[in-house]
Amino acid sequence: MGEVVLEIPARPEYVALARQVVTAAAALEPTFQDERIEALRLAVSEATTNAIEAHADLSREERVVIRCDLADDRIEVEVFDHGAGFDPEAIDATERIDPEGLEREHGMGIPLMRELADESEITSDDGGTCVRLVVYRRRPDT
Amino acid sequence: MLFSLQVFDRGAWSVVAVTGELELGTAPRLRQQVVSLVGDGHRHIVIDLSGVEFVDSLGLGVLVSALKRIRAHEGELRVAGPVPRVRALFALTRLEEIIDVYESVDDAVGAPSAGEPPDG
Repeated sequence: MGEVVLEIPARPEYVALARQVVTAAAALEPTFQDERIEALRLAVSEATTNAIEAHADLSREERVVIRCDLADDRIEVEVFDHGAGFDPEAIDATERIDPEGLEREHGMGIPLMRELADESEITSDDGGTCVRLVVYRRRPDT
Repeated sequence: MLFSLQVFDRGAWSVVAVTGELELGTAPRLRQQVVSLVGDGHRHIVIDLSGVEFVDSLGLGVLVSALKRIRAHEGELRVAGPVPRVRALFALTRLEEIIDVYESVDDAVGAPSAGEPPDG
């Protein structure tokens, strides 16, 4: 169906814009449940926050790119950054969401993304990171 | 909605009313406000989230650090008025297991303390 691509400066004040654009795109399709849009909004926000933080040591010219693809049954969002990258395998996929983790430097962003999105995938190398999130219009089990 | 913080007293409690979105760009301001209040000797603090429409994990992290800072000074933190979507995030992250959450500021300042109740 439709693709929306947003390039933003890697600055904190632009996370809200990323949230607004992605949720507005999802809201174009009236069968998207509100609860699904809320999950998407938070998951995209966490991914964009991580991307902006990954750019902390880079030139401000480097942009974070958010690509949003609306399909019949789902929305797929990819967030690209040009940060130093990390080993996604080092983040335990079974890491539990817990309140103590919220205060850690890298917080609960990735576990929350995994919990909120129906599918999530992180690919990363020393040239940057791509976080792919998929949220279906309805929960897959409903 | 623009982010703002408003601080006022309700008896022995200091209330920080937050408006807007609590996330990467704004959460440091709430952190600094709590640090400032505790530094000024305030020990019983209510954070009013009724005007907050969105919170992310960094915003929740500021609440956890506020809780620890206040408890380290033998004080008490209460959170008031989160909207349903924020309340749901409290449940998902199990934050409600460690922070006392109330429906409103009135409820928060009126509830008895677990320890010594504040004067006033």
